[in-house]
Amino acid sequence: MARSLKFNIFRYNPQDQESTPHMESFVLDETDSMTLFIVLNRIREEQDPSLQFDFCCRAGICGSCGMVVNGRPSLACHTKTKDLPEETTLLPLPVFQLVGDLSVDTGSWFRELYDSVESWIHTKKVFDPAAKEERMENDVAEAIYELDRCVECGCCVAACGTARLRPGFLGAAGLNRVGRFLIDPRDERTEQDYYDIIGNDMGIFGCMGLLACEDVCPKQLLLQDQLGFLRKKMGITALKNFFKK
Amino acid sequence: MQTIYTDVLVIGAGLAGERAAIEAAQAGFSAICLSLVPARRSHSSAAMGGMQAALGNCDKGAGDCPDVHFADTVKGSDWGCDQEVARMFADRAPIEMRQLAHWGVPWNRVVPGKSTYFKGGKQLEKEEKEENRGLITARDFGGTAKWRTCYVSDGTGHSVLFTVDNVCAQLGVEVHDKTEAIALIQDGATCFGVVARCLRTGELRVYLAKATTISTGGFGRIYPCTTNAVICDGGGHIPAINTGLVPMGNMEAVQFHPTGIVPTDILVTEGCRGDGGTLLDVNEERFMNIYEPDKQELASRDVVSRWMTHHIRQGKGVKSPYGEHLWLDIRHLGEKHITGKLREVYEICTSFLGVDPIHQLIPVRPTHHYSMGGVRTNKDGAAYGLKGLFSVGEAACWDMHGFNRLGGNSLAETVVAGGIVGKKIAEFLAGAEVTFNSSVIDAEVKKQQERIQNVISCKAGTENVYKVRLAMQTALHKGANIFRDNAGLTECVASLQETLVRARKVGLKSNGKGVNPELSAALKIEGQVKMGLMVAYGALMRTESRGSHNREDFTARNDRDWLKRTLAYWKKDTDTLPTLDYEPATPLFHIPPGDRGYGKSEIIKAETPAGDKG
Repeated sequence: MARSLKFNIFRYNPQDQESTPHMESFVLDETDSMTLFIVLNRIREEQDPSLQFDFCCRAGICGSCGMVVNGRPSLACHTKTKDLPEETTLLPLPVFQLVGDLSVDTGSWFRELYDSVESWIHTKKVFDPAAKEERMENDVAEAIYELDRCVECGCCVAACGTARLRPGFLGAAGLNRVGRFLIDPRDERTEQDYYDIIGNDMGIFGCMGLLACEDVCPKQLLLQDQLGFLRKKMGITALKNFFKK
Repeated sequence: MQTIYTDVLVIGAGLAGERAAIEAAQAGFSAICLSLVPARRSHSSAAMGGMQAALGNCDKGAGDCPDVHFADTVKGSDWGCDQEVARMFADRAPIEMRQLAHWGVPWNRVVPGKSTYFKGGKQLEKEEKEENRGLITARDFGGTAKWRTCYVSDGTGHSVLFTVDNVCAQLGVEVHDKTEAIALIQDGATCFGVVARCLRTGELRVYLAKATTISTGGFGRIYPCTTNAVICDGGGHIPAINTGLVPMGNMEAVQFHPTGIVPTDILVTEGCRGDGGTLLDVNEERFMNIYEPDKQELASRDVVSRWMTHHIRQGKGVKSPYGEHLWLDIRHLGEKHITGKLREVYEICTSFLGVDPIHQLIPVRPTHHYSMGGVRTNKDGAAYGLKGLFSVGEAACWDMHGFNRLGGNSLAETVVAGGIVGKKIAEFLAGAEVTFNSSVIDAEVKKQQERIQNVISCKAGTENVYKVRLAMQTALHKGANIFRDNAGLTECVASLQETLVRARKVGLKSNGKGVNPELSAALKIEGQVKMGLMVAYGALMRTESRGSHNREDFTARNDRDWLKRTLAYWKKDTDTLPTLDYEPATPLFHIPPGDRGYGKSEIIKAETPAGDKG
């Protein structure tokens, strides 16, 4: 017998003056290989067409569908109902501006991040279309890619104690991004340059070490190692600065 | 009404759109990209496999050059492509890969020494030269003479998109995400920008621009089973179609991918077969080696998809609650390879199927994958029919793919064409003087406001948008799939025409306030059905088989009558069929039509007299 599943979903449409934040329950029968992608679309198509949520690739690649599933920030598209109890609570990610129901504005948050950490390769070299590419060891390329795998879903930020307390904190996603450029030989920024960006309470020294970020990361990035690496690097830079004075 | 001006407006912030915007920004112009989702969530990110470019750095790519890449592309297109465009693409691709490396893409690099690889289930050996250490390497993909596909582990599209979006941030290219263009502003000759709906508030906004570019990717969501993302719904094509002036090229040219997983149709990359994965049937026996002894599992996509469908029809499919499928076997590649180079595939199988591909077979079936057709442009990316309108990437029919696109050529097209067309847009902007006529703008805004009001108030009827959408998808799935014939296509067209009548009567069930998803769907359903009709009617009229367009009742490629591109217009709002026109497939032939060397080779040659079946 298929289970009957109950979903308690946060509802609020800020653009509708008659709408107030509340929880609403929907019930539907479970089918084989069901994920929250299938659940939410069925609710929208069969029960309430106004339900707002975000999906894009529905394949765990784009990071659109972060939401809080039974208390834990997760990607909805790869949350299988067979791993859920009969009753499930879905809430929008905290920290990010609410658009409506389960939809939040991660775009603006991350766009600000790109500007604040200058998320691009800093180089004085000019591209020469006639020249062969600069060589790079494959191991180095793979190490960079490892840090480039973040999909910016926002789960780590939503699960972060500091981010909840301190708006503007870069979060694991932001710090990981800085780490990606730090190990890239093409980026000519110095450790002091990076220190100026993340050597403060909005950056690496704001991290309280609770490490929920790594627990919830849907791409299983090694955020704990990455934060430790940056803290050590920036700590040494801080000491050097101290003795220079 | 908020009105925003920019030199170039780009609809869609995937790789093609952002790459074009970068060219304009580098030339000193302001650029804004509109996107349904934050730029980095665009569907470009999902293309895992790689980008074709004839760098010739790796052992199995030795001797490669743009000429060979060009020849592969033309053959792949089944001579349906514009050869001038394919030539520009192949020549530019290696430079673009180096440009991306300069911007920060962590391409995989050549590692000197001996290593093993799999082909057709056999283990073979290759040796990389010391002198090539650290240059950009390549992997094997279907339908190519050389190993030519540059890649970043299992996340090429993701990594390149992040890099290109970084460059946009650096150059000040603005991305207005959660914004949907719903209509072009134009006076019958020139495009002035768009009316857009904000998906944060539901409010309308006007964007005015000297140049407007459509780069919204494919439109696979008009089919029920597709590898395309939810946002690939034709939303960028519809405003162009609704002008009645801009034709869509070769809409019947639709590619099916051999390996969508069952049931969710998530794509597992060609890299699986490129690296030695094999296809098995219900008896767990290979079959591609029988149908295609030479290329085997690595024959081009349309060939593999067709043989898979054929094999299922022979009763060799595996039965499941979601219909029949076949198996993809990558077990022999080993844990290290599967969790390393093919990690994304490993994650998809474990996360979405509960299958462990190191020890288990992956259920796959051919599924809609790519739209070769789209907004018809010239070689500069300028759309036919309206000045100041451009299109680039999968959204466009620039036409380097003709009737079948090779794996790795589409992701490469996004950035290569983006660079080429972006430069042309910058040249256009340098010489452009545009006068904006407020009455044209106001009239379009009013028209859209009324359209929205009518849908909310159910003025034309109360048809449910989701039911109408399902009817459209079902009709296309049944009649305009891998194998096509007169009866099936005729029925499909008739059924879509009925659906069109219903689409015009859609009314909302909900109140339509704010970012209402039902309203978003309702605003594009009629346009989607029109696109479906362009696909089905174009396919019905094209009485030949070419590339991915396979007519069971016209099995030969007919170069005598059909070496041409379909141009589909929707001339009047009240029409119930598109108006079809045709143009030569290519202005010149570097390679005259011939045999592809794989798949069927039944050809009616151009010089065959009429009446002779060839």
